[in-house]
Amino acid sequence: MIEDALAYLTDADSWWGRNGLVNLTWNHVRLSGAALLAAIVLAVPPALLLGHRHRGGLLTVTLVNLSRALPTFAVIAFVLPVSYQLDLGLGFWPTFVALVLLALPPVFVNAYTGVDDVDAAVVEAARGMGMRESEVLRRVEVPAAMPLLAAGVRVSAVQVVATTTLGTLVGYRCLGTPIIQGIAERDYGKVLAAAVIVAALSLLTDAAFGALGRRLTPWADNPTIETKASVQHAT
Amino acid sequence: MSIFATRHDRLLSWEWIGDHTDEIWERTLQHLQLTGYAVGIGLVIAMAMSMVALRWRRAYAPLAALSGALYSIPSLALFAILVPYTGLGFRPVLIALVTYTLLILLRNIVAGIDGVPRSVLEAADGMGYEPWRRFLAVDLRLATPAIIGGIRVATVTVIGLVTVGALVGSGGYGVFINDGLSRNFTTPIIVGGGLSIAMAIAFDLLFVAVQRLTTPWSRAGMAP
Repeated sequence: MIEDALAYLTDADSWWGRNGLVNLTWNHVRLSGAALLAAIVLAVPPALLLGHRHRGGLLTVTLVNLSRALPTFAVIAFVLPVSYQLDLGLGFWPTFVALVLLALPPVFVNAYTGVDDVDAAVVEAARGMGMRESEVLRRVEVPAAMPLLAAGVRVSAVQVVATTTLGTLVGYRCLGTPIIQGIAERDYGKVLAAAVIVAALSLLTDAAFGALGRRLTPWADNPTIETKASVQHAT
Repeated sequence: MSIFATRHDRLLSWEWIGDHTDEIWERTLQHLQLTGYAVGIGLVIAMAMSMVALRWRRAYAPLAALSGALYSIPSLALFAILVPYTGLGFRPVLIALVTYTLLILLRNIVAGIDGVPRSVLEAADGMGYEPWRRFLAVDLRLATPAIIGGIRVATVTVIGLVTVGALVGSGGYGVFINDGLSRNFTTPIIVGGGLSIAMAIAFDLLFVAVQRLTTPWSRAGMAP
């Protein structure tokens, strides 16, 4: 089995062309990146504002529970017919919409919690120094929330990279494509090769965003943050 | 315009549901069975790992890192890696789902047992509890809420992932989703997805209730 996978991986034809691994990996990363970026843009501003006002605790708890109960496969599958009705076709857009929906909760919840949890004494001190509300948010609360926010982005990133794999089911050519094809063709070398690449890509994403988070927030006490970022769920 | 554009006139067809009640029941049992086995086996393994981690503290970090790495492998990829060895069906999915429960359960069991107050343990020792009896009757008993919390999260997570298992032939609600997807027919997608969510919420609430029942002290307002 491993020999089949190695044979597949060492065959130049598996790498190049429209269905080659290079193109599939690029498609995979491109869509994941776009979805993650959209989720950050959509989730962070309202989360920061709600956190600043300490309103949204219930919404946060609901989001955590809901996102865990929501099967990613069903979300992707359901977006497809809706996408047909809106004439968006199959492939990129239905997968994109589903991925954004899945990436929103961890980013929102962590950004909200980060700001909401900032020590009240620190916020009071900032106000006492004459900062306006917008300055309190921008100069005190956001930097303090940064480690948790970065952890949320990391969780979402891993989740998105993992779930993009399912995009092949709605016609998006990505690293899931050789897996599903290989299962249908009983070409298990191909399945194994593609699955290992997907797994490696997720682990790499996790490591890269972890390193980025530590780089952005060198002051952060990372172990406690990782336990707090518990919205992560398997994909 | 396309061959797909045939069946999306209605979002939900009640006739389809009426015609498929037997299959819905059958898929429900498969879904429950896979979830039950995965969480059950996961709990046994995680308990053993936790014992090792509690006995030899230095083992915790590598055990957590290993289960963390397994946890971040996408389910479809993990199923696919296993299929060449196990064949299609129930087995690859069960093995993969068990590995997903390990991280959640290990963390909760160790944190729960670690969180038992020293004073309580000293009191138990002073009362003459044997080490094993103390572990079962005091450590484990007081860690129960945390452990049930872990089982709760693991169960809800597994219920969602079982749907993906249908792609490698495990059965369960994912079969409906896959069927709807291949025919561009929304009803089975909504039925499969909706029932999976309903099952997840039902177990979530069930475990919250169990958690409250097993910790009468928290309701009485006494410290554990």
